[in-house]
Amino acid sequence: MAKIIVVTSGKGGVGKTTSAAAIATGLALRGQKTVVIDFDVGLRNLDLIMGCERRVVYDLVNVIQGEAGLNQALIRDKRVDNLHILPASQTRDKDALTNEGVEQIFKALSEDFDFIICDSPAGIERGAQLAMYFADEAIVVTNPEVSSVRDSDRMLGLLASKTRRAEQNEEPIKEHLMVTRYNPSRVDSGDMLNLDDIREILAIDLIGVIPESEAVLRASNQGVPVTHDSDSDAGLAYTDAVSRLLGEDLPLRLYGGQKKGLLSRMFGGTRR
Amino acid sequence: MKLLDFLKRERKNTATVAKERLQIIVAHQRSQRGQPDYMPMLERELLEVIRRYVQIDDDAVNISMDSEDNCSVLELNVTLPRT
Repeated sequence: MAKIIVVTSGKGGVGKTTSAAAIATGLALRGQKTVVIDFDVGLRNLDLIMGCERRVVYDLVNVIQGEAGLNQALIRDKRVDNLHILPASQTRDKDALTNEGVEQIFKALSEDFDFIICDSPAGIERGAQLAMYFADEAIVVTNPEVSSVRDSDRMLGLLASKTRRAEQNEEPIKEHLMVTRYNPSRVDSGDMLNLDDIREILAIDLIGVIPESEAVLRASNQGVPVTHDSDSDAGLAYTDAVSRLLGEDLPLRLYGGQKKGLLSRMFGGTRR
Repeated sequence: MKLLDFLKRERKNTATVAKERLQIIVAHQRSQRGQPDYMPMLERELLEVIRRYVQIDDDAVNISMDSEDNCSVLELNVTLPRT
């Protein structure tokens, strides 16, 4: 039985797709059979972040409408065994997704996979609601910035009411907070919300803190999830988050944002 | 002394402002959780009706829905100005 995890945020541009790709990759690297699904019908991007955009033949909507089998649409990752991608459609309208169709796909995938990671579109429309509807756990991606935190709180409200677990009075979805684009030096100078503030306002458990990092753009440029850049600050932070997702009790470590010492300022530091 | 004050004065900490604003808006959002979708509309229309008779502020009307065993109670609180 696979665990279904939705990566959601409400607000766009906070790092949902980057996080979904990095977490799915991290899980697969730990030997978990993982599939990552793009729910952003019409604006697919997960394929690009995963570096498989030229291998997309069929997509999620094709499978739901019976035009292709699930195995035809699943793309096997080139770098990691155990990792598959199910891309979104670029052309169809988002009404092409149906509750029943998505449920069928989850049922079929559950037999073969350990983890199903759902990359939610921004907003609170149909695609976003469907991405979270069947979830067992949710990773709420939040930037340390007012509009993102507010939208995350809205998503927590939806997770608690508009999901299958909520409607059927089952055990509620397990919610995790993932803070991205965190910049410790701006926090120190008092210009960025700190972790405790965000945690206090949203009142959910923290699963990871991803620093604002040059490695993230480098990763998306190349279509290689940042987890593979295993000694970069962001890569390490995602690896920690994956360990916590697998139930390990890891102390919080903040990566990146170290102030440069005199020597490294004079002679130039490393590339990070 | 003046100079010392000036040097010690810290720039207003914007993160603190952000936190305070968020605490208020999030508390407001949560109070509306689980309420029926028509509540904001109902609140607006009630405000309009009352304004036909008394001039009141936007925040003078407060409504909430409480669920009990087999019924829901709509609580309506209107603050009227002193006449």
